[in-house]
Amino acid sequence: MLCNVCGKSEASIHLTEIVNSQMLELHLCETCAQEKSGDLKTQFSFNELLNDLNSMIGLQKKEESRCRGCGLTYEEFAKSGRLGCPECYEDFSKPLTSLIKRVQKGIQHTGKKPGNTPTQIRFHIDLKDLQERLRKSIQMEEFEEAARIRDQIKQLETQIKKGPGGKSDV
Amino acid sequence: MSDLDPLLHSRCEWLRGEGEASDIVMSSRMRLARNIAGFLFTHHLAKDESEELIDLAESAVKKAALFKEGFFFEQKDLSSLDKQFLLERHLISHEHASAKQDMAVCLSRDEVASVMILEEDHLRIQVLQSGFNLRGAWELIDRLDSELAGHMAYAYHPTLGFLTACPTNVGTGLRASCMLHLPALVMTKQINKVLQALQKLNLAARGMYGEGTQPSGNFFQFSNQMTLGVNEAEIIESLERVIRQIIQNEKEAREILQTKKKDKLEDQIWRALGALKAARFISSRETTTHLSLVRLGVDLGVIQGLSAAKLNELFIMIQPSHLQKCSNRALSSTDRDYERAAFLRRELKSVELL
Ligand SMILES: [Zn+2]
Ligand SMILES: [Zn+2]
Repeated sequence: MLCNVCGKSEASIHLTEIVNSQMLELHLCETCAQEKSGDLKTQFSFNELLNDLNSMIGLQKKEESRCRGCGLTYEEFAKSGRLGCPECYEDFSKPLTSLIKRVQKGIQHTGKKPGNTPTQIRFHIDLKDLQERLRKSIQMEEFEEAARIRDQIKQLETQIKKGPGGKSDV
Repeated sequence: MSDLDPLLHSRCEWLRGEGEASDIVMSSRMRLARNIAGFLFTHHLAKDESEELIDLAESAVKKAALFKEGFFFEQKDLSSLDKQFLLERHLISHEHASAKQDMAVCLSRDEVASVMILEEDHLRIQVLQSGFNLRGAWELIDRLDSELAGHMAYAYHPTLGFLTACPTNVGTGLRASCMLHLPALVMTKQINKVLQALQKLNLAARGMYGEGTQPSGNFFQFSNQMTLGVNEAEIIESLERVIRQIIQNEKEAREILQTKKKDKLEDQIWRALGALKAARFISSRETTTHLSLVRLGVDLGVIQGLSAAKLNELFIMIQPSHLQKCSNRALSSTDRDYERAAFLRRELKSVELL
């Protein structure tokens, strides 16, 4: 098999990659594989987004300000994708908020708060879902599946009874 | 010889191949990103601050119930082979394994929980469970996280939640994921449809060893991408819902292969086992491809006398660093292929080709 990139040398390295949600197979010769290995590093979509945003916001050099906590500039963050300290979130709050809006579901934390007791998180799933699937599988005469679902329902019901924070034997 | 030797002879608890849907879901994982208040983020720490932080985190982790009789390693205790070995066991990340500066890692004795210290964030807390068990993993990690919070103050913001070095982790700091074995979806060429649907749902798909790795052996890791504006239960439930759907799709694809392409499928499965039992040199890539088919053969009852736990272990044991640790010496790539083939022939000796 010939290399997919140069089409000349024999391919000796075979890769599978997920690119834009497609699984691709790549057959490369040693030379082309070496060149390619640089692009395999991920985070590129996040970094691309950062670059987009930077040009969008039109970050100007003269406005360049530094985080009071760690001395990082927003430009440096945009290059590395990593903030320097917790205070960066305050000092870069404007550009960060627009970035966060694009990569996150919201801008308000709704989850666990720090503290030394486990959370009181409640799962809502979905006894109804399971019961529906149980009904279907019985209808289709998939009895093994039905038995499995019945076990799941039982498990879930005891979990709900026990309530959150209850001891479980995992 | 190193302090990692006890791990070499123990079986990862989370690989035992039990639990819900463990024929398709190999493992479930939770990871929390946490930073300690009053310190800069990892990559900006000075040497003495790194050491101070490691001491602080170490003493907190050692008090946690899960880490009783656990292991604690610092950069100086670990060769690069050791770090690769921990990576192959999914106990540390790529980034942590390639760290040049100070770092440390704590492991619970059963390898269910680990805490990476000075990864991209000060702490990356991780819990692994066998099979499809996101809630079990959550309960463990939630308790551990709360225990740790009793011994140190986390960087936390009233609106943004837990603050992390990368804004893609801010908020809950939670990455929940499942590792799925999807040979039938790949063989029936439906996997791309699944991957596309996942993207629309804001879930990430990765290979066996997480970020930046390629899928091999038909293993895929699916995880949530968003960490802020959703709470932990919502993250876990929406991932669960999608995973259940994918399990269903994989089952249907297996059904189709078994009814419409039975002979061809069995031909592939037996050839794969044959290759593993016969090879004198074999790469990890080729091995993983064959093991995937053998695993499918075991799941479908075509191959007898091989347990899921044993197979799960083989996927790990044939990795380069595991082979080298087992044979107690550095091996060239050719030597590894030779040792790997010998190892597989030994391990699969009792499995019969019918
Ligand atoms: Zn080439
Ligand atoms: Zn800062």
